[in-house]
Amino acid sequence: MLQEWVILLVSLCYLGTLFAIAYYADWKSDRGESVISNPYIYTLSIAVYCTAWTFYGSVGRAAETGAGFLPIYLGPTLMAALWWFLLRKIIRIAKVYRITSIADFLASRYGKSSLIGGLVTIIAVVGIMPYISLQLKAVSTSYYVMVHYPDFEMIQGHRVSSLWNDNAFSVAMIMAAFSILFGTRHIDATERHEGMVAAIAFESMVKLLAFSAAGIFITFIMFDGPVDLFDWASRYQETAKLMKLDVLPGGYTNWFTLTFLSMMAIMFLPRQFQVLVVENVNEEHVRKAAWLFPLYLLAINIFVLPIAFAGMLLFPEGHVAPDIFVLAMPLTEGQNILALFIYIGGLSAATGMVIVATIALSTMVCNDLVMPILLRGLSIQQVDLSRVLLFIRRCSIVFVLLLGYLYYRFIGESYTLVTMGLVSFAAAAQFSPAILFGIFWKDASRRAAISGLLAGFLVWLYTLLLPSFARSGWLPISFLEHGPFGIELLKPYQLFGLTMFDPITHSVFWSMLVNTGLLVGVSLLDRQSTMDRIQASLFVDVYRHSGDTHLWKGKAMITELKNLLARFIGPRQTDRAFATYANTHKIDFTKDMQADAELVEFAERLLSGAIGAASARVMVSSVVEGEVISPEGIMKIIDETSQVLEYSHQLEEKSLELEAATKELQEANKRLKELDRLKDEFVSTVSHELRTPLTSVRAFSEILHDNEDMEKEERHKYLDIMVKETERLTRLINEVLDLAKIESGRADWFMENIDLTEVIREAVASTSQLFREKAITIVELLPTFPINVFADRDRIMQVVINLLSNAAKFSPSEEGTVTVRIYFKKREIRVEVADNGPGIHPEEQKKIFEKFKQITDLRNGKPKGTGLGLTICRRIIEYHNGSIWAESKPGKGSKFVFSLPE
Amino acid sequence: MSPVRRKIQRLLVLFAFGVLALNYPLLALFSKAVMGFGIPLLYLYLFAVWAVFIILIAFVAERKKMPRAPYPFTNSRKTD
Repeated sequence: MLQEWVILLVSLCYLGTLFAIAYYADWKSDRGESVISNPYIYTLSIAVYCTAWTFYGSVGRAAETGAGFLPIYLGPTLMAALWWFLLRKIIRIAKVYRITSIADFLASRYGKSSLIGGLVTIIAVVGIMPYISLQLKAVSTSYYVMVHYPDFEMIQGHRVSSLWNDNAFSVAMIMAAFSILFGTRHIDATERHEGMVAAIAFESMVKLLAFSAAGIFITFIMFDGPVDLFDWASRYQETAKLMKLDVLPGGYTNWFTLTFLSMMAIMFLPRQFQVLVVENVNEEHVRKAAWLFPLYLLAINIFVLPIAFAGMLLFPEGHVAPDIFVLAMPLTEGQNILALFIYIGGLSAATGMVIVATIALSTMVCNDLVMPILLRGLSIQQVDLSRVLLFIRRCSIVFVLLLGYLYYRFIGESYTLVTMGLVSFAAAAQFSPAILFGIFWKDASRRAAISGLLAGFLVWLYTLLLPSFARSGWLPISFLEHGPFGIELLKPYQLFGLTMFDPITHSVFWSMLVNTGLLVGVSLLDRQSTMDRIQASLFVDVYRHSGDTHLWKGKAMITELKNLLARFIGPRQTDRAFATYANTHKIDFTKDMQADAELVEFAERLLSGAIGAASARVMVSSVVEGEVISPEGIMKIIDETSQVLEYSHQLEEKSLELEAATKELQEANKRLKELDRLKDEFVSTVSHELRTPLTSVRAFSEILHDNEDMEKEERHKYLDIMVKETERLTRLINEVLDLAKIESGRADWFMENIDLTEVIREAVASTSQLFREKAITIVELLPTFPINVFADRDRIMQVVINLLSNAAKFSPSEEGTVTVRIYFKKREIRVEVADNGPGIHPEEQKKIFEKFKQITDLRNGKPKGTGLGLTICRRIIEYHNGSIWAESKPGKGSKFVFSLPE
Repeated sequence: MSPVRRKIQRLLVLFAFGVLALNYPLLALFSKAVMGFGIPLLYLYLFAVWAVFIILIAFVAERKKMPRAPYPFTNSRKTD
């Protein structure tokens, strides 16, 4: 047997070690080096989930229900599969909006409502009470076992009347002192506790090693390995029945409920939220923690069943409570040092939980319960609030531990460890609908969250907490057996006559039903306020906003902001934060007096880190003048979806426009290339065309020059040819010039009202010589009345003459007939010149309007014109907004038609 | 499908598999007074599923982003 002072000394040394570790980590972090910034420390800190419940209670539960202790660890394992996207989103939200606790998270999500924050805090404090008392019970029992073993009468009957003799009370007070030292040394703007996390991680290692040491000793040294143990156990009916699930009270339903509860607990117990979310350094650590943490759970549970069976085989009389098997067996074997190590393991499991839970709860009580009341009710103008904050937090730590102690003192005796813990789990589960709906569903509203939380909490209170008072004799037991005032329908364990479930499942079913039902139902009926909508959007779309939205519109003086912050987080911290801000944003605070929206928001977030979102909003509003929230900011957040739609619509239009432009450009390019080609062709054709008459003029002049004695008649003939060729040359040059003028737009147009009939008659008259020469009949089908068009008379005349002379050229002599007529079609005036010549091949009908594309006369192969006439005609008609085309079939004559708009 | 969405879907399926494997009725199939390798079948099953589940989470979560398909390689070198 160990001396009491040895146990005490070792306990205190262990706690001292913890403190040294925490101090070292804090000291490092002040120097900018983080010892906890890696996924392994993160995983170990999450293992604060394994408390004295795991360390002592699991064996106890295994001895009663076989595998029934496992759902508590299978649930978190299942949940870990979802961490990668669920937890990461929560962490991102918490980081961006500087969330300090689960109450702060919910208050922020639902419109920065201090009502929600307060409600969540109350639920958390009341709900966690049994859990803390569980730790106190475990520590005090294990201490008694260590001191008094094997005097079981002392252990069983260690009820003490005086408070000061009560070991559990001392434990509670030591733990309170410890938590105060850990968590509330100073007010930190980031609200992260590096030292605490380092100490917790160390504790997680100790408890795993201690439990494994116990497991190895019991399984392999006291017995010959697990196979031997299970073989022994299977021979006795008492132990063999534990190898099936039939022993589970509540059966598979209970199994499922426990799985569900632990799934929620691993995320939403205030202390789990603290280590998972608030203390997280880097959201990428979640990736490794998602499988390392389940591995830790597997490791710490692998020896539970062997230990339970060993205990049942060793103490079949039942005088040793299964909850202390793990300590009792080494002590029976006289392994005092090992027992001491195991006791330290249990102590570390309990202290870890208590430290984190009380720090988390004290932050919540301070930020979400006391501060809002203080800020509203009292005048606290010129007080250094950072001291007040620390004071409130220290008080709340003591308060929370006292509550836990009272619960233990008055109720805890009649329960096993696990049953007490499950009551807390059921309370923590009440947060899950509000959080899970809150981060994925924008329409979840503030009123809905309040009603859901409140109703769920009340049902939990009625169906789990009050019955525990009744069973301990603080309420009449008839309350349990016959319902309040004898109303059977309201029996807390069989509400409304629901008798098929065990108490835990029963409570979870009803509370989750009303909680989720009200949250969803009221949200669907409710209208959210602007603030609600903003916060909902910011949370649900956190990856899109990431805190860069500037809501504040009003201006504030920088000095006022600084004073405000200094009052809460101290002047030194404030100065440092503002200096960093000035550095990164290149602002000179000595020059700028006014804080812009970004700085105000920065200050608010800094303040949220110290006093929670709801209170920070109130405080910052007090120094900001003008409109609190800019309408643009609101629209930006709420209308993000429509904005995105609009944006994508614009993009679509742009891309369509671009596509069209590309197409146009391609066509233009094609046309340009074609024009370039045509120009080259034109130049070469023109030179060619010019050379032909020039050559003949030159040839004839040379003949005349060389033969001076030429006969007069012959000379005359040659001169005649020369004159004709020069005329042709002149005509060609004129036409080229004309065309160039028209095409370049430099031509002069004399637009006037003209009589088309008269123009055509004149054209026919001036070309009649041509027709007479070839004896071609010309038929005029012209109206007797004038037809007025707005056109350039000479140009139109030019077109008609050109068409007529073409017709004359191609009509056969003697039997040729050329018809010219005017008619109306499709709101146009059309002029048609038809001949009965050889006709034009369909392929050529379009080409003839191009430059120098003349129809080679099939009969003599010699072109009969300059090849520019029709091109000029087309240009002229196009200038008048008309069109010109040819209709023809080879051998059946051809028609040239041009139209002018009416 | 983007790598992130693929990962989320894999994790969701894994979660569903875990919930099914560790609950009634599948669990009831193993609640028998039978030993496997000298260990009660129920315990063997529970711990085996647990271990496999952890390995699968590790496999999915630690998987790096899918390598992007390389751009189609065009041999533009002249072969003269």
